[in-house]
Amino acid sequence: MSVKSVQGLYNPRYEHDACGVGFLANLHGEPSHALIEQGIEVLKNLSHRGAIGADMNTGDGAGLLFQVPHRFFTSQSDSLGFQLPPAGRYGVGMIFLPQASEARRRCMEILEGTAKEEGLSFLGWREVPVDSGVLGSQAQREQPIILQPFISAAEGMTQDMLERKLYVVRKLTEKRTDRIREQGDIFYVASLSSRTIVYKGLLTASQVPGFYLDLADSEIQSALMVVHQRYSTNTFPSWSLAQPFRYLAHNGEINTLRGNINGMRSRERNMESELFGLDIHKLLPILEEGASDSACLDNALELLVSAGRTLDHSMIMLVPQAWGSKYPMGPDLRGFFEYHAGLMEPWDGPAAVAFTDGLRVGALLDRNGLRPARYTVTTEGFIVFASEVGVLDLPQDKVEERGALRPGQMILVDLERHHLMRDFEIKTRLARRKPYRRWVEENRISIHGFFNAMAPVEPVLETLILRQRLFGYTREDLRMILSPMASSGREPTGSMGSDQPLAVLSEKPQLLYWYFKQMFAQVTNPAIDPIREELVMSLMTFLGTPDKILSEVPSHARLLKLRHPLLSNEDLQRIRDLKLEDFRCKNLVMGFPAHGSGRDLEDTLDRLCRRAEAAVIQNHRFLVLTDKDLPEHLTPIPALLAVSAVHQHLIRKGLRTRISMLLESGEAREVMHIALLLGFGASAINPYLAFETVAHLALKGELEVPMGVARAMENYVKAVCQGLLKVMSKMGISTLRSYRSAQVFEAVGLNSDVVSRYFPGTASRIEGIGLEEIAREANCRYDDARDESNRGSTILPCGGQYKLRQDGERHLWTPKTISLLQRATREGDRTLYREYTRWIDDQSRKQFTLRGLFRFKKTARIPLEDVEPVSSIVKRFVTGAMSFGSISREAHETIAIAMNRLGGMSNSGEGGEDPERYLPLPNGDSRCSAIKQVASGRFGVTAEYLVHAKELQIKIAQGAKPGEGGQLPGHKVNAEIARVRNATPGVTLISPPPHHDIYSIEDIAQLIYDLKNTNPKARVSVKLVSQVGVGTVAAGVAKGHADMILISGYDGGTGASPLSSIKHAGVPWELGLSETQQTMVLNKLRSRVRLQTDGQLKTGRDVAIACLLGAEEFGFATTVLVVCGCVMMRKCHKNTCPVGVATQDPTLRKRFSGKPEYVENFFVMLAEEVRTYMAELGFRTLDEMVGRSDLLEMNDAIEFWKVRGLDFRRIFYFDEMAQDSRRNTTNQKHGLEHALDHEILKRVQGSIDTGNKVMVEMPIRNIHRTVGALVSSRIAEKYGHKGLPEDTITLRFRGAAGQSFAAFASKGMTLYLEGETNDYLGKGLSGGKIIVSPYRQSRCDPSENMIAGNVLLYGATCGEVYIQGRVGERFAIRNSGAQAVVEGVGDHGCEYMTGGRVVILGSTGVNFGAGMSGGIAYVYDETGIFDNQCNLDMIDLEWVSEKADQIELRQMIERHEGYTGSPKAGKILAHWVDELPRFVKVFPMEYKKVLGQMTREDEATRREEMVND
Amino acid sequence: MGKETGFLEYKRKDPGYRPKEDRLKDFHPVELRLTESEILEQAARCMDCGVPFCHGCGCPLSNVVPELNEAVYQGRWREALDLLLQTHPFPEFTARICPALCEGSCVLGIHDQPVSIRQIELAIIEKGFEQGWIHAHPPICRRKDRVAVVGSGPAGLAAAHTLNQKGFQVVVYENASKPGGILRYGIPAFKLEKRIVDRRIALMKEEGVVFETGVEIGRDLSTRYLMGRFDSVVLTGGARQPRDLSVPGREQRGIHFAMDYLVQQNRILEGEEIPKGARIDAHGKIVVILGGGDTGSDCLGTAMRQGAKQVLQFEILPEPPLTRSPSTPWPEWPLLRRDSSSHKEGGERRWCIMTESFVGKDGSLEEVHCAKVEWVSTGKGLGSSPRKIPGSEFVVPAQIALLAMGFVGPGRNLLVEALGIELDSRGYMRRDERGMTSQTGIFVAGDMSTGASLVVRAIKDGLDVAAGVKDYLDE
Repeated sequence: MSVKSVQGLYNPRYEHDACGVGFLANLHGEPSHALIEQGIEVLKNLSHRGAIGADMNTGDGAGLLFQVPHRFFTSQSDSLGFQLPPAGRYGVGMIFLPQASEARRRCMEILEGTAKEEGLSFLGWREVPVDSGVLGSQAQREQPIILQPFISAAEGMTQDMLERKLYVVRKLTEKRTDRIREQGDIFYVASLSSRTIVYKGLLTASQVPGFYLDLADSEIQSALMVVHQRYSTNTFPSWSLAQPFRYLAHNGEINTLRGNINGMRSRERNMESELFGLDIHKLLPILEEGASDSACLDNALELLVSAGRTLDHSMIMLVPQAWGSKYPMGPDLRGFFEYHAGLMEPWDGPAAVAFTDGLRVGALLDRNGLRPARYTVTTEGFIVFASEVGVLDLPQDKVEERGALRPGQMILVDLERHHLMRDFEIKTRLARRKPYRRWVEENRISIHGFFNAMAPVEPVLETLILRQRLFGYTREDLRMILSPMASSGREPTGSMGSDQPLAVLSEKPQLLYWYFKQMFAQVTNPAIDPIREELVMSLMTFLGTPDKILSEVPSHARLLKLRHPLLSNEDLQRIRDLKLEDFRCKNLVMGFPAHGSGRDLEDTLDRLCRRAEAAVIQNHRFLVLTDKDLPEHLTPIPALLAVSAVHQHLIRKGLRTRISMLLESGEAREVMHIALLLGFGASAINPYLAFETVAHLALKGELEVPMGVARAMENYVKAVCQGLLKVMSKMGISTLRSYRSAQVFEAVGLNSDVVSRYFPGTASRIEGIGLEEIAREANCRYDDARDESNRGSTILPCGGQYKLRQDGERHLWTPKTISLLQRATREGDRTLYREYTRWIDDQSRKQFTLRGLFRFKKTARIPLEDVEPVSSIVKRFVTGAMSFGSISREAHETIAIAMNRLGGMSNSGEGGEDPERYLPLPNGDSRCSAIKQVASGRFGVTAEYLVHAKELQIKIAQGAKPGEGGQLPGHKVNAEIARVRNATPGVTLISPPPHHDIYSIEDIAQLIYDLKNTNPKARVSVKLVSQVGVGTVAAGVAKGHADMILISGYDGGTGASPLSSIKHAGVPWELGLSETQQTMVLNKLRSRVRLQTDGQLKTGRDVAIACLLGAEEFGFATTVLVVCGCVMMRKCHKNTCPVGVATQDPTLRKRFSGKPEYVENFFVMLAEEVRTYMAELGFRTLDEMVGRSDLLEMNDAIEFWKVRGLDFRRIFYFDEMAQDSRRNTTNQKHGLEHALDHEILKRVQGSIDTGNKVMVEMPIRNIHRTVGALVSSRIAEKYGHKGLPEDTITLRFRGAAGQSFAAFASKGMTLYLEGETNDYLGKGLSGGKIIVSPYRQSRCDPSENMIAGNVLLYGATCGEVYIQGRVGERFAIRNSGAQAVVEGVGDHGCEYMTGGRVVILGSTGVNFGAGMSGGIAYVYDETGIFDNQCNLDMIDLEWVSEKADQIELRQMIERHEGYTGSPKAGKILAHWVDELPRFVKVFPMEYKKVLGQMTREDEATRREEMVND
Repeated sequence: MGKETGFLEYKRKDPGYRPKEDRLKDFHPVELRLTESEILEQAARCMDCGVPFCHGCGCPLSNVVPELNEAVYQGRWREALDLLLQTHPFPEFTARICPALCEGSCVLGIHDQPVSIRQIELAIIEKGFEQGWIHAHPPICRRKDRVAVVGSGPAGLAAAHTLNQKGFQVVVYENASKPGGILRYGIPAFKLEKRIVDRRIALMKEEGVVFETGVEIGRDLSTRYLMGRFDSVVLTGGARQPRDLSVPGREQRGIHFAMDYLVQQNRILEGEEIPKGARIDAHGKIVVILGGGDTGSDCLGTAMRQGAKQVLQFEILPEPPLTRSPSTPWPEWPLLRRDSSSHKEGGERRWCIMTESFVGKDGSLEEVHCAKVEWVSTGKGLGSSPRKIPGSEFVVPAQIALLAMGFVGPGRNLLVEALGIELDSRGYMRRDERGMTSQTGIFVAGDMSTGASLVVRAIKDGLDVAAGVKDYLDE
């Protein structure tokens, strides 16, 4: 098989894919060969959404799914050698078989035998003619033999029965060929059906027709087709991973896969189906072991459809839309969703799915709508759906409808009824299939008093401290975690990263939770904004899940519905007291013998599992695992261990869905704890000791805001819920129901015995402690609690995780190291510097980091003078991204000057840069940051900003809070910051969690292309955070043509972020860097990119290790700040930095005492130190040293008891046979030379030079991307942000423009587009003017049809846009100055907007104005319910009453009419007096306040400050 | 933390001293107290640093200063007290006489005045006594092991207290008539009132520590007795061997070691009878103090209170700068000129002065002959050494000269000699990490092993060695 197995840190499991997807259909159901050709054409036009591997001609996979071409097979009957039954009476397969004839023969026999065994008759095989010559070299090597088996139905079988039998045959055959696959041979059934067939492979789109010779045959005909072009992050694409699968093609990613697999597995045992009868057991396991997420989704769909649900019904069950209260829908539909929510957890993640059963074909978008999905319908009954428009040339006068799927929507073509069903029709029909609403209402179990206000808990003071000690509570838990949560209802915030030992290196007994790290979405998959887009998310959950999902009965709705997974003490009591015979509750105690060994713990867990199993069999519906009031002879079992052990045991036994597992735990208190417990299977949690502790704090009056116990507890619950949403959202998961059991965590420091037994499926890559040590740590807490000498003490242990305490957790940054470093760098004192590094590096006695346990192997040293000089080494040093705004201007410029002097690079951070800094200072120093960051907020990202960079860095994630956004509160946005960020002073600036132009791996390729076009001289880098799988993501990014990839450690990061993110999200860079290095070398991609790493790098030893593990460059942030005077207050977010580093307060800024010389001293001494290591190891240059992980080994002299189990062999993995370079040796091929702009430039360059007006006309197609950016950059280079006079350069295009049309267009450019366009139009618009109008011959009503895609004007700073038609989601997102008129928008319009004007002459989707803090939108509201569609958290809706506003609005509409000739604009202007009242002015409250337009009374209202994140 | 912007809003406030005219009339404490509201405000200045240098670098005891400040600011006095007592057995001593190393390393001190940590500590502990929160806590269970602590200064008391709390049976031997060592006898009463010492000793007695005073081991009690009756012995005899000045005329009457002078005054205040001939009384006399440190300053205050006609304090080192010297950057303890309360009461301080000889008449001191020095670099490293400035000689008349030039070691000790404990080249006992000397079971703590230092360091050492003793006895 081509898929490489686990090697070092590389694991194929973490590969992602995304792609272009589409379908075509003839509504009349008339098969034609033309449709096949059109499908291939669509596929080719989606090529840029796919990727190509290292050999430059092996695609990641492409394929077609269409109806069984009966006519074609009939025409082949001569060569078949058997009589072909009539259409529908036989099934045909498409099977990939081993090259080796013996193995192939066995596979064929198994299939034949199985078919016969199942009562079908096997007709024979057909060899599929292929031309291997078109394949890439890798694809050729892996090429299977492709055969088509023909199987005939038995007498009396309907076609549906035949389909089910073929399904059974396939599943059985797959199982029976397991052995063959295990031996490395391929056996893969691409399809086996009487209705559909799949032609696919490890191909590029254009290779498909060349490879499969059949496709050229005009007898191959179909009335429908699904196409797919794959872009995978992996480097070892395989034939079988190509799509489409048997029922669907999926562009997206299932984030909750593990949970869905667990869910399916636990239902299997009780699966029943009338249609299948006993055959059902032959289908198990339903999900293919080790298959990709898309393949699993296909398996699940196949089951549901085969078992009798319709295609649309099954699809909606798996990928339901959001149906929270913010969505307008009737009670019947809501009832439908609620009923099915109880039945099946969503397969959650971004998804555009095209699906078919051969009779019907459709497509669906997930609830977030984060994949583009456009379709066109012609008057001739032809429909094409694809990720982009313009994939097929259609006669424009025949186009009847241009549409797009909105989030959660579906379309479906029924070829039998010749009918195209739109979302509304599909869902209304489904909702009324059965009386779901009534079923839900009548069966829902209500418990009296449930969810009333929480009753105040009365703490039991006598034992409170003892119990707190028993569960490892510290003073920090009280003061820094629980108290802020109870006081404000929010998670506490901190800053300056994490420098304490990993849990496995800590001498303090650690809670098991600390051995896990949260995972998060990056690149392949966007995080969600849990605040601004909360409406798509849900913590609602059910207790009492039904498991017979194939049937539909009212009793499936007999469930207990919880709003969120936290149970108050009374809730739990009520559940225990339920007097329902079918809802009985069983309590199980989580305790093992005090001072017991790992063995005792294991025995106890076994017993616990057995008793849980027995409870299910005795028909209990609730299991309560409890550690409350444990007798003195028992030590509590870590709750996570108990929960996961029982959960996994029940899954294995197929019993999990029959019982709800509740947890009553004194241990769980933080968001991370709750998230882990749910992620590993708990149904709901009662954190009784946290409640009690909060109550105690409230009673003592020790909360920041004095309040009653009940309110404090409510706040605590609220904070946990918000935190949970955040944890889910950073992984891109929307609902708790699918988050549960999804196990989106990585273990760091647990051995494989523990993981495979109790946490199977969880990544754990360096081994670590086992049950023995877990028991020992639990016993330590027990001893502490029961220790006589602690009796009577009212003081808990200090903790010391968040702040340094002498008797608490250890930290690398101590008074000693800080002051030594500061003195050493101030005075350039090498002795002090060496003392500093000794303190940091000497981890022989006490370890902090993984690298602390590394050792260099002995090699032949060379003389120091042979080593490359300091001056060349310092060029590899960069400083971290810290925005001007988070740190003071003084600090920011000091660092920039120092790095420019050294020839290293400083980073602007996210927040723009004052153009003044592009000019050198009189003394020759430069304050210009060489690296300009492009982050999700796009603040100050203009064409001018981009052209003044040596490197453009796309920040996907940051170590301190991967997967999260940020916020600069209005009160910190002073005039200077506002100017640099193109914002209004006083208006809050929000950075969204994802880049809204990176929802997938193909999107990042697009953004890289955008940036390269705007500044071809700069290298483009992508910043990722270390986590399991980062290597494959990096490989995908490398295929997307990034020049450099930065792997950040979880522990770095200077920014403010929730404490739980600082401590618990991501893993150390040692893991991420080496995984990336290994994956890239293995994939032969390494030579194309440079690698950089950062995250608590402090010394030359750190640099040497990073280099050996694969880094070519090294980043420093915290250390540089300390050099500049930072004393690790960890209060950056409070604006009170007492040393003037991280503050905007003018008084405090005066205290800044750092100098560029100090920073230079640091890097010079660091480079000197690096040289000594190089000499020691025998390297003359760093280049030779990169990736030589074979020179590292584990320091076995370390004897700390927890360290003994660690194993770093996978980090040190070194492939001596590697065929690729271990470092960057060549440049990426960006393909910029193909940009349409080169054509344009030829004709406008003169005009740029002279300023004379010019007009250019040319056709455009969807493969022309980022048109205009290169022209714009020439203008920005020459004229800066002010650009050229209006209309100097006029470009007129006709056609369907590709993505990022007119991105970063400068002032003086005017771009006309007649036709339509895709996503990201006007991205970063920097003054240009864009006019989009429909094809002149188009017969559709422009105001009702889609003309442009999603995420337009993202981060635009100024310019004008007129669009005559409707556009997709997130119009004008993060616009900070552009003016735009459009005739209708999708969901989330004007999200995060901070400035500019937007006029919308039509309807909007939901969540309009979410996070909108500035600018104004005027919305033409014909329905009068526009307010229903808004997110009103930050905006006011008003009449357009001010004269000035009226004039502004009218002028904008007039210009729109003038440019586009819009009839709708004309009509409104013609009836201005009547129409004006229909306009609503959307006015952000903060903006209003800043403009002084709030009334005094209104301003005096105390608003809760927006959630601070 | 208490208040985020407290440090920007409030200035440091020190309580100051009683008026000079008033305080010179007696030996009562000179320092005033801040009011409770002032204390809260001062506590609000604490920035609750992520890396608290006060706690992690300044304070040898690692008092959890930020948490104390926060608790005080929020009025959680009881919790503050419990927290303080976790790390510090006797805050009432250091809160009065500690130079407050914590304040020297306070982050706020980089650009501003540090937080008044010592005053807050004082407020906490005294609040505890006032509120009756402090009472004896005898150990819950007693062990069989017996430990003798020889010496009752800060190190001895700290060791005895800790061991007693751990359940050991502790006897403290002290050769003076009352326990307390330097706390009682060395430090002038105007800095530390002796009732504060009494209060603590009484508590310790109530908790079960036995004090045997007026007993010198090796003379009054045999070493063998000690070794036979106890499982372990902790020596905490201090380092009171003063540095002498061997210049011509040293034998004159009227020349005393500073500590003899200070001890005598304290004994007088305790009501002890001092033979007339042995009394050192500065009344109406000119007093020259040789040595510019804390002991010298204490002598100055004592002499002023005795009614000296004139007091001169000479120091051979140069005058320190008025602000932190660059040679001691933050967070180090800053070298700067410190004026104690005594210095503000009168007398004259002079720097760069060396003493060449004493001249007397009939064996009684009449003149001190001095000269000025300059400090010149020795060429190697950073060191420098004094060089007399030719022609700068001068003479001051004086009837009393007090030698306050530091201490050179523990001096002779009968017990140590009897046991043959190994000494290092400087005359201090060698000890291992646990504090045990070359003699199994015999430990040493405080100045006796570290050399003369601060009370707070002696306490810290006492605590550490007590842990060593426990460790040893647990084996």
